[in-house]
Amino acid sequence: MNAGSCNGCDIELVACLTPRYDVEQLGILVQGSPRHADILCISGPVTHNTVPAIHTVYGQVCHPKAVVAIGSCPASTNAFVGSPTVEGPLDRHIPVDVYVPGCPPRPDAIIEGIARAAQILAERGREPVGAEAEAGQKALVPQEQMQ
Amino acid sequence: MNLTSALFRLLIFPGLLFAVPASWLFLWVERKAVALMQQRIGPPFLQPCFDFMKLMGKSTPLRQGINGALMRAWPILSVAASVGALGLLPVFPRSTGWSGGSSSGFAGDLILLLALLELPSFFIICAGYTSRSLYGEIGSVREALLSISYNLVFLIAIVSIAVSQHSFRLEDLAESPLSPLRLLGILAILVCIPAKLHINPFSLPNAEQEIYAGPMTEYAGPELGLWELAHGLEWVTMTGLVASLALPRTGMWPADAALFVVISLGIVLLLSGVAAATARLTIDSSVRFYWRCALVVAVLAISLPLLMRIKL
Repeated sequence: MNAGSCNGCDIELVACLTPRYDVEQLGILVQGSPRHADILCISGPVTHNTVPAIHTVYGQVCHPKAVVAIGSCPASTNAFVGSPTVEGPLDRHIPVDVYVPGCPPRPDAIIEGIARAAQILAERGREPVGAEAEAGQKALVPQEQMQ
Repeated sequence: MNLTSALFRLLIFPGLLFAVPASWLFLWVERKAVALMQQRIGPPFLQPCFDFMKLMGKSTPLRQGINGALMRAWPILSVAASVGALGLLPVFPRSTGWSGGSSSGFAGDLILLLALLELPSFFIICAGYTSRSLYGEIGSVREALLSISYNLVFLIAIVSIAVSQHSFRLEDLAESPLSPLRLLGILAILVCIPAKLHINPFSLPNAEQEIYAGPMTEYAGPELGLWELAHGLEWVTMTGLVASLALPRTGMWPADAALFVVISLGIVLLLSGVAAATARLTIDSSVRFYWRCALVVAVLAISLPLLMRIKL
């Protein structure tokens, strides 16, 4: 989901679906409806207008669910820090499980982040409904950082 | 058809015990084949099974203003209809001696099979309207339009095969030898299968990137899992129907069963190839395709046995 992103991270996310990276080899598919999804990927510094949308979409994903913050923007609001129209970082609004830093992050890093979110998801499946809110947050530092 | 053989067909082969793993296998083969043709690696072997287990373990959201019981009923009914259709498939006709000499079909079971094949599509249309989602309703309208256009061809193809054998018994159709006419009918059925299974180029009702997931948009958790299962079962039924019509009879039931699976898999590969090679058509070009191109094949197929009858 795009929360005011410049599209840089979104393009890298799309690159994960291409034959070069192919996330489907891990069994990962892109779902149009949040009802069908397990892992919510959010890019962008969370602008004022996107806050209600983030809450709606997050609420529509069924338990168990995990959130991956793609890029530096949702983690720290990045270059937009202090802007009056930005209400980030993302964890002020919804619990975030995995951060994938980078501006934009490499597709490899995004895939690793989603794979970690899947592990968190598997553990969370055994917990009662509502466990997301108390979940600890994990930061991800990819080995191959962008220069 | 006595009770034991009916239960065996519904629950073991070609029913649930065979069809559920087979549907996962077919879904995997389809995804893997499409991935390989796009030079990707594709999903792991057990992925459709994992997906089903995962969906079964998820919670269902609270929905306001929607008839929850109906929403739950449609996928269950859809699975039931698909299993019923599978149970009717004439994989082992009586000449193989498998059903103990008792007839394993009844007069007119072809009509029941056609009705059961059509039901999942009808339930998908209902499900889209029940969900009261805008995308669901668009998907339902598309499904209804598509179903009107491909069913004409599908029914004519089936009827032409039935007319050529002078019978509406599935068993008689399955036992008769392959003829050019029958191949024409099978070809017409094959053309209809992509629309029935919602795969490219006729993936209009569930067009992803376009209307999210069509009628399934509001479905989640176990209900979505049942829809996936119903979809997998439809794969098995439709490929199974073509396989049992095209099956060369060996006279031994283990060989028949193996051939049935092999031919089904071959059809899955063929359909995956078509799906990978084509893009989604718009609704008017899909309808035009079925009414103009495929109808010609189907009308040809039905006119041939009628002409042959006049000669006789």
